[in-house]
Amino acid sequence: MDRNRLRNQVASMRRSLFDQGYLDDQFIQLEELQDDTNPNFVEEIVTLFYNDSARLIQNIEQALNSSPIDFCKLDDYMHQFKGSSSSIGAKKVTNECTAFREYCNAENAEGSFQQVKQEYAILKRKLEVYLQTVRQASQTA
Amino acid sequence: MGMAIDRDDTQFHVLAVDDSLIDRKLIERLLKTSSFQVTAVDSGSKALEFLGLNNNDAADDEEDEQRDSNTESVSSDEDQDHQDLGLGVNLIITDYCMPGMTGYDLLKKIKKSSSFKDIPVVIMSSENIPSRINRCLEDGAEEFFLKPVQLSDVNKLRPHLMKGRSKDIDSSHKPTSTRLITSGN
Repeated sequence: MDRNRLRNQVASMRRSLFDQGYLDDQFIQLEELQDDTNPNFVEEIVTLFYNDSARLIQNIEQALNSSPIDFCKLDDYMHQFKGSSSSIGAKKVTNECTAFREYCNAENAEGSFQQVKQEYAILKRKLEVYLQTVRQASQTA
Repeated sequence: MGMAIDRDDTQFHVLAVDDSLIDRKLIERLLKTSSFQVTAVDSGSKALEFLGLNNNDAADDEEDEQRDSNTESVSSDEDQDHQDLGLGVNLIITDYCMPGMTGYDLLKKIKKSSSFKDIPVVIMSSENIPSRINRCLEDGAEEFFLKPVQLSDVNKLRPHLMKGRSKDIDSSHKPTSTRLITSGN
């Protein structure tokens, strides 16, 4: 009974992540790469993404706080951040990265990095809850 | 079909090069899912190191080629050493944008190497820049994949590898025995 409820929860959370545009087809690619020989692939790669993103966000904020701003370095970090979010199918985060990069290219860092951070924080929270529910559903007998 | 083909030599070894940890994990999984043996490194210089080429060797190969074209001697022992060190790499797949040595730089060095110029090289990039793509293909890359790379892209690799494999089989058999083996089929 519990298992079915959890499974339904997983399915509806997943659907909503896609419907609301947080995730795109690339995330499905990740799911398809998970199998019995690699049962935790999605969680593993998403965890790598969290760690990598934390590092990049720190670097980017440092770059933004320095005077003068090294736009070349900033663009490099944003390229990396955009790349990794695209690789895991984080659609909204990728789009925010693209938008912020436009500002950086115009050497106008007024474009708020806060928006990128915010979008990332939302995704991270949703993914954590979703993956936790997936784990629970698979553990319930 | 020749006897040689019955060996389990469909296990191709791919060397993947990408400075992004996430993309390395992804390409590794994609390749392993497709039954490739994978070595993943995070830079062009590590890739050259793995192959047994360092930056100096790449330059030496150019000098060797100059020398060889003037004399009959072939440094085949050195080539074999390089091949052994490279642990039988059948294909190299590399990211374009990397700090230090780009994927394009790596491509050029591989193509200049007498030991490794015949290894197919595939380039990946998150940026769809036609002039970049054309330049890579013109300078010897077999394919150019846009990131994020998918299983459908990885499936395109096998033909390039099979081409190289059949060349190996032909060159390791004397012409007469090959004809004898295949004549019954």
